[in-house]
Amino acid sequence: MITDRVHGDDAAAARRPGHRLAVAEPLALDSGATLNACTIAYQTYGTLNADKSNAILICHALTGDQYPAEPHPVTGKPGWWSALAGPGKVLDTDRYFLIATNVLGGCMGSSGPKETDPATGKPWGLAFPVITIADMVRAQKRLIDHLGIETLFAVIGGSMGGMQVLEWAAAYPDRVFAALPIATAARHSAQNIAFHEVGRQAIMADPDWCQGNYLAQGRNPSRGLAVARMAAHITYLSEPALHRKFGRQLRNREAVTYGFDADFEVESYLRHQGSSFVDRFDANSYLYITRACDYFDLAAEHGGVLANAFRGTRTRFCVVSFTSDWLYPTAENRAIVHALNAAAANVSFVEIETDKGHDAFLLDEPEFFAVLRGFLDGCAQHRGLPLR
Amino acid sequence: MSAATADVAGPAGGAAAAPPLRGDLALVADLIEPGSRVLDVGCGEGELLAYLTRVKGVDGRGIELSQSGVNACVRHGLSVIQGDADSDLAAYPPDSFDYVVLSQTLQATRQPRAVVEHLLRIGRRAIVSFPNFGHWRVRLHLLFRGRMPVAHYFNHDWYDTPNIHLCTVHDFVALTGALGVTIEKSVTLDHAGRPFSLDPRGELANLLAAQGLFMLSRRRG
Repeated sequence: MITDRVHGDDAAAARRPGHRLAVAEPLALDSGATLNACTIAYQTYGTLNADKSNAILICHALTGDQYPAEPHPVTGKPGWWSALAGPGKVLDTDRYFLIATNVLGGCMGSSGPKETDPATGKPWGLAFPVITIADMVRAQKRLIDHLGIETLFAVIGGSMGGMQVLEWAAAYPDRVFAALPIATAARHSAQNIAFHEVGRQAIMADPDWCQGNYLAQGRNPSRGLAVARMAAHITYLSEPALHRKFGRQLRNREAVTYGFDADFEVESYLRHQGSSFVDRFDANSYLYITRACDYFDLAAEHGGVLANAFRGTRTRFCVVSFTSDWLYPTAENRAIVHALNAAAANVSFVEIETDKGHDAFLLDEPEFFAVLRGFLDGCAQHRGLPLR
Repeated sequence: MSAATADVAGPAGGAAAAPPLRGDLALVADLIEPGSRVLDVGCGEGELLAYLTRVKGVDGRGIELSQSGVNACVRHGLSVIQGDADSDLAAYPPDSFDYVVLSQTLQATRQPRAVVEHLLRIGRRAIVSFPNFGHWRVRLHLLFRGRMPVAHYFNHDWYDTPNIHLCTVHDFVALTGALGVTIEKSVTLDHAGRPFSLDPRGELANLLAAQGLFMLSRRRG
């Protein structure tokens, strides 16, 4: 049984706006565990056309959510991809039907460690099964099936969102007309895993983490989560961008204080990034989602040859990387392109010149937007969608 | 071209009149069968690919080094990757294209011989054009001025030119011999891009051609 509702009637769902899809069919996970039922929180923007050919699935990154194109319900800040998605924008809601889900394991309404385990009536915590990128995509596919969409016009996402795009294209090639993996990788590198491990250790070292059981004990490992966010945030920027923004500027003072207060602007900025993050994110979710990224290795799922993931695909691909992104560098994106070439796939690839680091995929980068727009326009024409 | 082939959905929408192709590109386009699979290596802003897609209904892909070129191509709906002939051809499987085009790019590659081998591994046919360093003006320039020719042939001083592997028409013919590939067709072009027919093995072609244009295949003819 599948139930779809806006503003659910249970207390957890009523706290937040938006759609909830309750899937009663069991979901078999890569770990071997099964979720007997799951909830997928999602938002849509624009109108699905009569033949359901204009749907674009937006996949969010590690700490993103299903609110790319509207103010965040907790922070009130503009949607994380509001530069890209909206009326007349690249992901044009006057033209396309945008679907954004909260990933499985997330903390904005989809099933995850923060939600209630129906078997016990308590928060899942670490009893929630470990999930993978493929599991996230399986859950999303339930939603797409539910919406009656045979073929998604496009699946787009950056960073971990790009991993979901790749997984979609590999697992359900006939359901994806165009795929746009951005600033991503087909597998997590040792360095990627290392940074994630630092974040997880910061959370687990916080006494308020309570072996993952903090919700039941009325506590919150916010210090650990904030440190995890601070470390991660550095990896989203570039050295030149940090230098341009902060240099060695001091924070509201003329000289250093010979202490451990936030003397430097960059320290203050990072502390702010950390402390504002904990208001909207769940520490256990952070563990689960970083783990899902670490486990991602698309080639390993296909006999060790990445090209095998895309054999016979008819999907049109557009891969984008950014010159100063050292988290998912151009070389990782180019490896995807080479695998697609080896599979004789239809692929475009652009490396965008910017000093803004990995975060560039979230920012207003004119060249980036122009490329996406051109690619989508070309695909729309091939798909027979009306011209703008 | 019939009305039917002109109506093939192209990136430019088909309605606007096609801008005329640069002379040597028009010659390349003439060599390509309608409906074939084409890889254009060093495709610039995609003039040839757009034309072939629109007019000949080819399934076209491109490789281009410059970001501005790639962006222009992708903006116009062409499937183009940012890369170069030296590093990005190896990923393509054998026989993935009917034609691989390398127009005015061979002289800028680090390993021209390996590149030509890749072209003929990936494609059933390779179409290669390049400036002829054996042209009489180049020879006279070197002979009388004793300086590397810049002028309208290559437009760069010797120390900053991307054209690091210049060759003559005869040099290229010798390379095809060394590689054991067949010259299916050759065209010599004057400095205005006008074709004239001379045997590329002859002395006159090597002296008068500003550019050489060859269609190669693996098969020995």
